[in-house]
Amino acid sequence: MQPNELDDLYREVILDHYRTRRNSQRLPDAQVEAHGNNPFCGDEVFLQLRLNRDGTIQEIGNQGQGCSISQASSSLMSDALKGRTLEEAGALRELFRRMLAGEQLSDAETEMLGELEALQGVRQFPVRIKCALLAWSVLEDGVKEYRGL
Amino acid sequence: MFNPKTIRQDFPILSREVNGKPLVYLDNAATSQKPRQVIQTLTESYEMYNANVHRGVHTLSMEATDRYEAARQKVADLIHAPSTECVIFVRNTTEAINLVAGTWAASNVGPGDEIVLTEMEHHSNLVPWQKVAQEQSATLRFIPVTDDGTLDLSSLDTLINQHTKLVSIVHVSNMLGTLNPVNEIIRKAHHAGAHVMIDAAQSVPHTAVDVMEMDCDFLAFSGHKMLAPPGIGVLYVKPSVLEQMEPFMRGGEMVQEVWYDHATWSDLPNRFEAGTPNFTDAVALGAAIDYLNDLGMDEVRQHERDITAYALDAFGQLEEVEIVGPKDPDLRGGLLTFTASDIHPHDLGTFLDMDGIAIRTGHHCVMPMHRKLGLSATARASFYVYNSNDEIDILVESLKRALAYFGHAAQRT
Repeated sequence: MQPNELDDLYREVILDHYRTRRNSQRLPDAQVEAHGNNPFCGDEVFLQLRLNRDGTIQEIGNQGQGCSISQASSSLMSDALKGRTLEEAGALRELFRRMLAGEQLSDAETEMLGELEALQGVRQFPVRIKCALLAWSVLEDGVKEYRGL
Repeated sequence: MFNPKTIRQDFPILSREVNGKPLVYLDNAATSQKPRQVIQTLTESYEMYNANVHRGVHTLSMEATDRYEAARQKVADLIHAPSTECVIFVRNTTEAINLVAGTWAASNVGPGDEIVLTEMEHHSNLVPWQKVAQEQSATLRFIPVTDDGTLDLSSLDTLINQHTKLVSIVHVSNMLGTLNPVNEIIRKAHHAGAHVMIDAAQSVPHTAVDVMEMDCDFLAFSGHKMLAPPGIGVLYVKPSVLEQMEPFMRGGEMVQEVWYDHATWSDLPNRFEAGTPNFTDAVALGAAIDYLNDLGMDEVRQHERDITAYALDAFGQLEEVEIVGPKDPDLRGGLLTFTASDIHPHDLGTFLDMDGIAIRTGHHCVMPMHRKLGLSATARASFYVYNSNDEIDILVESLKRALAYFGHAAQRT
């Protein structure tokens, strides 16, 4: 038997997203597009967002390679972002970051995280936190560029 | 009789637990653990002999200087250097290579000249030469690596030619494990009129090295990979080459006489040791060399060869595990780089860590070679004097469970 921390890190939902990535199709006509990597581990994420006229995220594409945490996080993020505005996506990113930083979240906030909550076991493994955050940093870079910042 | 179980008792850290399991330390190529004898030498230095070297006329300073210079003698003896004058203390292998790049190469490499490296170099023996090549309009050329992880020497006669100023190569690769035939390469380089630098970071700690027999011009290694503390390393330079070299850094300690507008240099090797040197850790390196000499460098090599052979055999039983580099233990140092099915090395590293096993995961500062092999990251187990076959068994057992754990996930989808 492995210690509980390990099963907490590699929850079934994470291994599932790692093996079967959601929204892996590359979007050719995306308004938001970004790429990022973590040279230290070789983790890499590519991200594309197609927006509706009202600014909500209509479609999302994500691809990449790397450890299960980085890639599952990217896949989970792609599911979580659909239908949200870029502002809401930013708020979700902040909530996700706070969860990994070990902050106590309210029940409402935890509910907002939905499936992303599966990654909270990463907190016990400080060196892997940056793996979980990679896709979200790529999102931030892409949105900044889109807004011309 | 060489017995890792007895040797282990000299290393306090090896009796600690990690995640509730006895520590299995297999990251020796990154840094080694320290025996009580070395730790005691450090304590003794601070409690009994602490004063700046080569300065005062007081007793403490003289004693500290004697200990520092005795350590230099031990280093010279270990690598069979002709004298202590050609043993320069530096921080580590990286600093040693930068020293050669910043001094010797700065005055000896010019436009159109070529520097020959291998494709398996650590970033430390690549990036400094990129700077030399860019700033001095020289060209880097690379001895290719074959599929089995050894150097392809078939084109050596054209790679090393009349334009070659320097050949700088790794003795034992920290990624592939390959033990390179440096003597043959040094002969050919000298025949073409080139100088040769050997990155011995993974060889001096593990096997007998003789710089006279090798006939290299420069050789570098780090203390922390051979039972000593971090922050102390060695650059050996052949005396005839050293005499022609300009100082690296300038300041105190390296001067003979100083005027407002100029200065003269002190004798070798102090000319290359500007500022207060790391005398305390140098003395600890001397203690580490004593420890290794008591074991015998040939015995150390034999032990690591045997444990590597045992690990190669055990890994060979696991279908999903692929070894990177040569499969013959006589052609490699005591480290094994591998991949396990499609488990990412960082996931594997975390899994093994929960079993108390420390291995290295990532690119091991050898990105170009990983890229060439189509790998983004690998896992590496590296061995030293205190590792035993029992620990290989623990590693293999944990690997099997990792394969089942992550493999099980594959079946779920």
